Amino acid sequence: MSSRNFAPWMEIALSWTHLGNMPKTQVQKKKKSRANVTAETLAAGQRDISVSEFFAKNRHLLGFDNPRKAMLTAIKEAVDNALDACEEAGILPHIYVRVLQISESRFKLTIRDNGPGIVRAQIENIFGKLLYGSKFHRLKMSRGQQGIGISAAGMYGLMTTGKPIVIISKTGKNKPAHEVVLKMDTSKNRPTVISDDEHPEDDKFFKEGRGTQVEIELEGKYQKGRQSIDEYLEQTSIANPHARITYVTPTNETIEYPRAIDELPAEPKEIKPHPKGIELGTLIQMLERTEARQLGGFLTKDFCRVGATKAREITKGAGMTGQTWIKTVGHDEAEKLYESIQKTRIIAPSTDCLVPIGSKALLASLLKEVKAEFFAASTRPPSVYRGNPFQIEVAIGYGGGLGRDDSAKILRFANRVPLLYSQSSCCSFKAIAETSWRNYGLTQPKNSIPSGPLVVMVHMVSVWVPFTSESKEAIADYDEIRKEMKLALQECGRKLGTYLRRRKRMSRESERRSVFERYIGEISRCCNSLVGTDTDKLYKALMKQAKRRTDEADAQLDDEGNILDDNGRLGNDDDVIIVDDMQDIPKQDESLFGSAPKKKTKKKSKKKTARKTTNKRGKK
Amino acid sequence: MAKKKTTKKKTTTKIPVKKAGSRTRSRIVDKKRDAVTKKKIEDLATSVVQRSLGQKEPTFEIPIRSVSNMKYNKKKRILEMGSNTQTRSLFNLGQSRKFMQSLLLAKGCRDLIDAEKTLSLRGMYYMALHTIPGTKERTFNDQGESDSILEDLEVSLDGLREELHVFAKKRGTMVGNITVVDNGDEINCRRMGTGGYAIPSICEPNIMQFKECGADFILHVEKDTVWSRFNEDRFWEKHNCILTEGSGQPPRGVRRMLHRMHKELKLPVYCLLDCDPWGHYIYSVIKQGSINLAFESERMAIPDAMFLGIRSKDYERLDLSDDVKIELNDRDITRAKQIAAYPWFKGKREWQREIKLMLNNGFKMEVESLITKDISYVTEEYVPARLKEGDFLD
Repeated sequence: MSSRNFAPWMEIALSWTHLGNMPKTQVQKKKKSRANVTAETLAAGQRDISVSEFFAKNRHLLGFDNPRKAMLTAIKEAVDNALDACEEAGILPHIYVRVLQISESRFKLTIRDNGPGIVRAQIENIFGKLLYGSKFHRLKMSRGQQGIGISAAGMYGLMTTGKPIVIISKTGKNKPAHEVVLKMDTSKNRPTVISDDEHPEDDKFFKEGRGTQVEIELEGKYQKGRQSIDEYLEQTSIANPHARITYVTPTNETIEYPRAIDELPAEPKEIKPHPKGIELGTLIQMLERTEARQLGGFLTKDFCRVGATKAREITKGAGMTGQTWIKTVGHDEAEKLYESIQKTRIIAPSTDCLVPIGSKALLASLLKEVKAEFFAASTRPPSVYRGNPFQIEVAIGYGGGLGRDDSAKILRFANRVPLLYSQSSCCSFKAIAETSWRNYGLTQPKNSIPSGPLVVMVHMVSVWVPFTSESKEAIADYDEIRKEMKLALQECGRKLGTYLRRRKRMSRESERRSVFERYIGEISRCCNSLVGTDTDKLYKALMKQAKRRTDEADAQLDDEGNILDDNGRLGNDDDVIIVDDMQDIPKQDESLFGSAPKKKTKKKSKKKTARKTTNKRGKK
Repeated sequence: MAKKKTTKKKTTTKIPVKKAGSRTRSRIVDKKRDAVTKKKIEDLATSVVQRSLGQKEPTFEIPIRSVSNMKYNKKKRILEMGSNTQTRSLFNLGQSRKFMQSLLLAKGCRDLIDAEKTLSLRGMYYMALHTIPGTKERTFNDQGESDSILEDLEVSLDGLREELHVFAKKRGTMVGNITVVDNGDEINCRRMGTGGYAIPSICEPNIMQFKECGADFILHVEKDTVWSRFNEDRFWEKHNCILTEGSGQPPRGVRRMLHRMHKELKLPVYCLLDCDPWGHYIYSVIKQGSINLAFESERMAIPDAMFLGIRSKDYERLDLSDDVKIELNDRDITRAKQIAAYPWFKGKREWQREIKLMLNNGFKMEVESLITKDISYVTEEYVPARLKEGDFLD
């Protein structure tokens, strides 16, 4: 668990160590009459709480509520870290995940990546200490941000099995791999190294010469289906088409999630906070920590989108100048400054800090994992909520082998991380329910998500994804976010609507044709008998006419295998894929997305490939 | 091609041969008229062929047979069909099947004309019925389908059913002081026993001639039950008339027969019908023609026909018992109002009063209700009294 978003409550947790006395003094007064309880006796029980102790007790806050979820969270943290590390180092990730069942409720997880590795000195800090990492002190789009998740997973393993965490890391071809066995000292939030071995250089673990492997033994429960490890990895593969994931299940099956594209996503840029995106408390904190000495410098250097002019405007609005010394800015001044910032017009933050998956890559990975016949994707332009830039991507898959009777399946992602829990409280769920899918030819119960063979994928990228809760399960319902989601959903929906309408029309036309065909023979014979016209000649002439009148039904049959609709809109749309022959898509028995595709009636084209997967936007 | 031949064979074998007609076949067939009809059918096929070969949509026009395309000719006092037509086209999903059926039946009629035979509506249905090769679809699902197509064909070819060599099931009976020649057979309608002479479906002059008639008028009653009463009481003998019956809404044969007797023998027609909207409409059909067959009004309507009874005032006038009342239901009321609003009823104050009184009474009465007075009350008292008084509705 490594989201920025538990910052608020974490602060509360931390503040207990400082403010712990206050509530207790009040209690003290009440209890004065009790025997033997004095401020002194109470003081004896009052002491610092270590972060790790707090989390050890409140592990549900980090997603370790029950054995099943705990195991998933542990894998998720490790995989997220691995992907982040690979991307930052510019390496196409290959993640190896193995879940080994040791006993009924005990599992050994192994997660290995081909990332840059970790230098020996940092290993124990990263894996054995909560709140240690590179991602916390910056505003940048990444999966994890706290430096808490993987160590928490190790801590959970230690607590439930008493077994330490084993890390092997290699930073280069000619460098030895280090195998470190770690235990966390929860009372002190400090790692304890149990053993430290050096592997020979020709270590078999890392074929590419570098990488990191984590091994955690923990109490868990393996169960397939919804919210399972399998589902998580499958969805991770969808959101990370550049990643290759190899997964060895507890039943010792190997599932391979191949890459859909061989291109790393662009490196997201780190940005400074936007003035409109911070709260008063944060502003005060920033004022305390800044290296600038005068207000003008503070505003221009510590924020984005603030130049000299804007800084002057802000300070003037607060009754100060750019030359005001930071140390003279107290609470009242900060509040004025905050108000002035809210009044000042400041351009939206730059959005090059956002790297969406891109419609092309999205379609490619959906095509790989979802057995649908129609795919559409839409990437919205970046937008801003509360000063934080964000961007929404939506993709849908329809028909094919997807379940026909259930309601639509929703895949939610935030910064490429699948969200598996708390679906109905997620902003995306609301956006989907609010979109009127009936307009696009789907059935939709009132106030609910549509039903039918539909997969909807919603992805939000942001430097700060607002989660409803600390356990990073659902995106908070901001109007700006929901609006963007709906716009993207509608765009995909419209394309689906066009496709469905045309499909209906085509089947109607071919039905029409067969009706005409049936009667044309009769008519030719009648006319032959009545006026002696050649039956065949008349039959052919009428069939030609029937064909001309119903040629809509043949729309699928053009040379390219492209569909020619009224103006070729759908066939030429880069953000749409229509699969003609469902059997091309590899069968997978254990798929979340419906059983093997049923034989379709609508197979006509001999071309067996999915068409058109290019999209300019996706190539950022 | 082989396939085609087999189907053709099938259709020809299905023609039921009418044995009775064979003896005097030459009389049924009017060569000149048949040639015209045959030409019309072949013209239809030719236009379909030409349009098809010219890559145009094969279509033909059918005059619309509904209230919207029907006019009341005040001068002639009959209903006439307007000039509105609908196009039946092959490449219209809703009409495709009907188009095919029309051609099948047209071909059937042509075959009949060639064979110099006639067939019943049901016979026509069987003649054109077969499974379309390569499918499980039959050309007709039931006789109703072929009947309505035949009516379409009649109007679009501007040829009567008789001209197409098709006739309807016999319905309607007649007795009376008249001798007719039906297809060469002399029929004395005074000696028809209890059954009466069944009025044939086709009563055209080439088949039916009037040899001798001593009657003064025609009494048309609604149903055979009433008709039997009159026949048993030898009403036609006592009053020197012709007694006809049309089993409810009279079929075309009966109407044609009435029309011809009225026109050619100058006999007035009196109708004894139920006192309900349906009885009123039967009268309206006899008098002005029907909406569905407005194109035949000229040959069938009898604008001078009179409505003799039952009248709504008869309940009080004859002091009938309460038991004869049949309460009007919603459908009756709607229908009555509809009839009152028809242009040919609208201008008639007497009729408006009659219908209004029925609605005010809130009940209808059948002719049989008079039996409550006496078994033969209707033949011995009611009708003679009305005839004597000259109390009719026009």
